[in-house]
Amino acid sequence: MDMGILAQHLFNGLMLGMVYAMIAVGFSLFFGVLDVIKFSHGDVVSVGAFAALGGASAIGLLVDMPGLSLLFGLLAAIAVGGLAGVVIGGTLVLPLRNAPPVNVLLVTLMAGTILREAIRLGVPNGGNPKPFPVLLPQWQITAGSFSIGFDSVLILIAGIGIILATHLLITRTRIGLAIRAVAQDVDVARLAGIDFRRTVLGTFALGSALASVAGLMLGLYYREVNFSMGLVLGVIGFAAAVVGGLGSLLGPILGGFLFAFVQTLVTIVLPTASAYKDVVAFGVVIALIGLFPTGLIAERSSERV
Amino acid sequence: MRSTNLDAAIATGAPPQARSLPGTAAAILVPLAAFGALAGLLQVHEQWETGLLVLAFLAALVLLDRSRAGRSLAEACRTQSGIASTSAVLAALALLWTFREDHYSLLMVATVALYAVAGVGLNIQMAFGGIANFAAAAFFSIGAYTAAVLAGHTGLPHLLVLAAGGVVSALIGVVMLLPVLRTRGHYVALVTIAFGVLLRTLLEVNDTFGGPQGMKIPGFAPFGSDFGDVATIAGFDVSFYLPYALAAAALFALAFLAGRMLERSWVGIAMDAVRTDEIAASAFGLSPARWKATAFLTGNVLIGVAGALYGMMNGFVNPNGAGFGESLIMLSIIVLGGLGNFWGAIVAGAVIIILPEKLQSIQEYRLLIFAVVVIAILRFRPGGILPRPLRTLGRQQGGAS
Repeated sequence: MDMGILAQHLFNGLMLGMVYAMIAVGFSLFFGVLDVIKFSHGDVVSVGAFAALGGASAIGLLVDMPGLSLLFGLLAAIAVGGLAGVVIGGTLVLPLRNAPPVNVLLVTLMAGTILREAIRLGVPNGGNPKPFPVLLPQWQITAGSFSIGFDSVLILIAGIGIILATHLLITRTRIGLAIRAVAQDVDVARLAGIDFRRTVLGTFALGSALASVAGLMLGLYYREVNFSMGLVLGVIGFAAAVVGGLGSLLGPILGGFLFAFVQTLVTIVLPTASAYKDVVAFGVVIALIGLFPTGLIAERSSERV
Repeated sequence: MRSTNLDAAIATGAPPQARSLPGTAAAILVPLAAFGALAGLLQVHEQWETGLLVLAFLAALVLLDRSRAGRSLAEACRTQSGIASTSAVLAALALLWTFREDHYSLLMVATVALYAVAGVGLNIQMAFGGIANFAAAAFFSIGAYTAAVLAGHTGLPHLLVLAAGGVVSALIGVVMLLPVLRTRGHYVALVTIAFGVLLRTLLEVNDTFGGPQGMKIPGFAPFGSDFGDVATIAGFDVSFYLPYALAAAALFALAFLAGRMLERSWVGIAMDAVRTDEIAASAFGLSPARWKATAFLTGNVLIGVAGALYGMMNGFVNPNGAGFGESLIMLSIIVLGGLGNFWGAIVAGAVIIILPEKLQSIQEYRLLIFAVVVIAILRFRPGGILPRPLRTLGRQQGGAS
């Protein structure tokens, strides 16, 4: 195969892996603090993408400054996505903390449906794919037969930066310490004076904002957003988080890149059968969970009987 | 007062409530009223009528749960389940006969019954075995595809085709056993979700089973004559969906009996024990893997059989039916109905399948309303519409068990 196309595929795989990782980190964070799966997470990605679209378009109508539009799009995505996370977390997930896990799963799935339908019905012509404005400089970087947009490189770098920043936030700051403390032992964390509710809602805001920004990046990269894009992304993000190990931070990142790697590999090795990429990727997920039932990087836990 | 009764029942082994004439009357009337409401739902055309019916249903639910009279009605149905079931069977037959010429209503009823059969299977997996199966629709479709292949391309008798649907569904379930048994909770959920997505995508991109268009399935012809050709029964004009609805109802009755027998036998107790506390159960010599596998595969058989008959009734099957959304609908039915309660699957099935059809004019908002209703029920009534009654262990007398 042509080296240029190969590199293109690999770059695309990296990009997807990063987006998956950003979504998976949210699943893992929520599971860490509350031991729940918040399945509306995938739809928060679409909410973020549409919020960014709205914010950027609004600025775009006033002044023709792509940079300012991008900034406002980013802020809108973070604000709306984070808010969605806090509202769902506070009204649906926290009150159902002691209900059977499947109830929480169903309730959040339905919350996701509400978000999805709200976009479809609330945004003018929301049922159809929407073009995303071009907000980044359109320079091309060419090396032989390999050609890549400067904007894509920027998105990739920004994504890696965001993931690193999240890592630092969790491991180096007081907020991160509180999140880790609640994840380890709620009661002891409370005894140490940590506000449980605030920490949990903060985690929801953080994870959902990450997913929202992932939505914005997808919009910038593919130049199109779609109200139902979140459903599959949610399933993939969840799969990546579980394969990597729920509750850890590195695990979901690993899982996200692994999933994208398998998809890309199938596309490269079997160009004629690239439709099978999801079949293979989910097959690998099932096999990996069979082999490593608690994920590649297991959450340290001991079971007392 | 109820709870002291129950405590006494557990302590002494006496039935919670002796038979009484009003109790018997209640056990007869409650199922009648429920099927009457279903008939009403099938009959109404105007939006406001549907709305009124929904309000009445919610009011009845609240009354049944919150008022003393309502609670004793529910208790009566529970203690005299034999009488209540008989009454329900007769009411169901009367309902089917009333709508004998109405294609659409019969199709709805048959669909609800078949989803309820799958619901019994799903209940065995989830409520008894504790395995969250998010791929129910995938196994349902496997049953339908099996029917398409066997009934369309071989001369196998159709009753065997139904059975084969269940067997193939269970066999494919065997592939999933290792990851399902090794994992717990959310991890199991992911295994089944991944399987559902995988199967659907595979059916779509692979042309062996018809690709995105799916396959045609010949009509159900168990005794040589195709159900689709039936036009009269005993001199009455009937819709060809009537035999399907009857078969679906019969299948539900069989699944119900099988599930109930399973629940009441030592198998059901073993499954309950394993689900409630794996470690304690294995300390008593019960193998968690064995009972979880039993629950998973038994459930798959029922889901597959239901899928096979559903496919034959519809005449076709395509990959859309295997999707995650469809699995969610099945899961919502049993969680809404009340995990572990087989009648609940019928009630919730009627709400989830028939109600949206009756709200056509607000088609656009259907999913939204559906989601809000499910959230409301789970938030305020976590046990579902008809929660599973507590198992009363101990000696029980007469037919009350």
